[in-house]
Amino acid sequence: MADKKKNWPLWEVFVRSKNGLEHRHFGSLHAADEDMALENARDVYTRRKEGVSIWVVESKHIKASNPDENGEMFEPAEDKVYRHPTFYDLPDEVKHM
Amino acid sequence: MNKENLIKYILGIADNSLILGQRLGELTGHGPSLEVDIALTNISLDLFGQVRSYFQYAAQISEEEKTEDDFAFLRTEREYVNVLLVEQTNKDFAYVIGRQFLFDHFHFLLLNELQKSKDETLVAIAKKSLKEVSYHKRFSSDWVKRLGDGTEESKQKMQTAINDLWRFTEELFETTEADQEAIEAGIGVNVTALKDTYLANVSEVLTEATLEKPELQFFQSGGKKGIHSEQMGYLLSDMQFMQRTYPGMKW
Amino acid sequence: MSEKEVKNLEEIFEQKIARDEKIEPKDWMPEKYRKTHIRQMSQHAHSEIVGMLPEGNWITRAPSLRRKVALLAKVQDEAGHGLYLYSACETLGVSREELYDQLHSGKAKYSSIFNYPTITWADIGAIGWLVDGAAIINQVPLCSTSYGPYARAMVRVCKEESFHQRQGYEIMLTLCRGTEEQKQMAQDALNRWWWPALMMLGPTDDASVHTAQSMKWKLKRKTNDELRQQFIDQTIPQADILGITVPDPDLKWNEETGHYDFGEINWDEFWQVVKGQGPCNKERLETRVNAWEGGAWVRDAAMAYAEKQAAKKVQKAS
Repeated sequence: MADKKKNWPLWEVFVRSKNGLEHRHFGSLHAADEDMALENARDVYTRRKEGVSIWVVESKHIKASNPDENGEMFEPAEDKVYRHPTFYDLPDEVKHM
Repeated sequence: MNKENLIKYILGIADNSLILGQRLGELTGHGPSLEVDIALTNISLDLFGQVRSYFQYAAQISEEEKTEDDFAFLRTEREYVNVLLVEQTNKDFAYVIGRQFLFDHFHFLLLNELQKSKDETLVAIAKKSLKEVSYHKRFSSDWVKRLGDGTEESKQKMQTAINDLWRFTEELFETTEADQEAIEAGIGVNVTALKDTYLANVSEVLTEATLEKPELQFFQSGGKKGIHSEQMGYLLSDMQFMQRTYPGMKW
Repeated sequence: MSEKEVKNLEEIFEQKIARDEKIEPKDWMPEKYRKTHIRQMSQHAHSEIVGMLPEGNWITRAPSLRRKVALLAKVQDEAGHGLYLYSACETLGVSREELYDQLHSGKAKYSSIFNYPTITWADIGAIGWLVDGAAIINQVPLCSTSYGPYARAMVRVCKEESFHQRQGYEIMLTLCRGTEEQKQMAQDALNRWWWPALMMLGPTDDASVHTAQSMKWKLKRKTNDELRQQFIDQTIPQADILGITVPDPDLKWNEETGHYDFGEINWDEFWQVVKGQGPCNKERLETRVNAWEGGAWVRDAAMAYAEKQAAKKVQKAS
């Protein structure tokens, strides 16, 4: 009996705290379906008026990058300093740039 | 309308939230999952919030020196005028949901009408509460569907709860003398007129939940007149324990 | 992986923590780090959940509507905090159900203080004041602990808990400014909760097995004895304002050290309660087991319903 029991899956909760801001990861919770996940998220994570919009997504649908590959994934961006404005030398007299 | 009757009318609405809030409060820490536990406590908190608004208003119009707590804790059982439905015990989760569902659909319609009252304070309370109760209604209706159309076991439990609680639904639409006076004064809601919509709304959810709407000939009432079920005394002895044991103290 | 490679990884790992960098769920971590974190975070989660019960015991009897809503909100927060912490554990690959099994079978521990009964309303005040007070001292440093999910959960917990202790102290203050009977009730609660609250900060440093490693991983910032001293030093002046006294004849201000000296803690009692022989161990566990097992049909129903709905959706789409 015990092994055929299915537990409520895990969901990730993203909350927009006010219009103009992005949804931010707030935490996770368990729910049987997406409606319940949304309701649970409302009850668990917005009790103190923390949000105006909620996204929920079942955790298993998130594909995460592997930290072991952080070298190839992220380090190549490190030396591309020319992508940043401070790379370019301009005299102080030049305004509005 | 005279103040005494207005207070009576207010208590008729407030006591339902008080007693249901109290019942839900018993469940905190005992829910079937942490998430559901938190959700039920939220409903309880909403209801107590409403109670405080009503009682504070009643205290304000009362000619005696009264506080919200006098109304909450210092009446005799016969003076509480909540409907029988809300005082029913937390027999199991299906009862908790069934009780909530049958009350929420009524509560929603009541508050919706109360927004049109000539009494501005009641209008303000109704407007705020309506948002809360819309959510309660959604929560309990969703759970009726989950339990009704879930497993064999849950279906049977949910049907039993609805069957057992159905006999308390008729009372929701009875009017008391205070109600009638309030209706005439344009302050109160004619609850009798809400019955058809209520039955239609409730039936719709029950059908979706693959549950049967009970066909009953006999109903129970009395709560609105202060004649309660036996379990009400126990609820009150818990709720009033401190106030009765240590009279006149501040907490 | 060879032993040498592991050793190398461990070194990089420890350096990362020393630099105050956070460890995230998918990062490599030593097995011991993972296990220690699961143990500590789950104990913490269990403490929140079991901790709901002694206070929940007074929800239906709270003496005013104002107190009732505050208590409801506080106990509800504890459910939330348990939930955040179980979620943090789940990032390390152990499910909430597994953690519940450990709690219910008696394998996992939770804070022993919740095995004491709440027998008067003043106990609700004393718990908020002392137990939450001690908990805050334990928890605030954890907001900057090395494991990211734990640190984030603790930030949320600490933010929400800021009202809990004030709620308790306000109850005590009202009692102490009330009638003689109320003041006695407050004193009696302090008498019963003082020593368990001191024990809450953990065994003395020489008896504590985990301290050194925990310090390195920032699971701890101060030793148990330091935390206890901090708790006593900040609590005694609060008791003075209330006008009640802690039940310790040896307690006195030490001009030289700038701290309070205090009497011997009864560690036999502490270990007895930890081992399950406290006044309410059995009841607390039973209540948790009943809630979980009694709720099984509800959780199953919701899953069955969700599956039916999902199947309907697929059918509609095809």
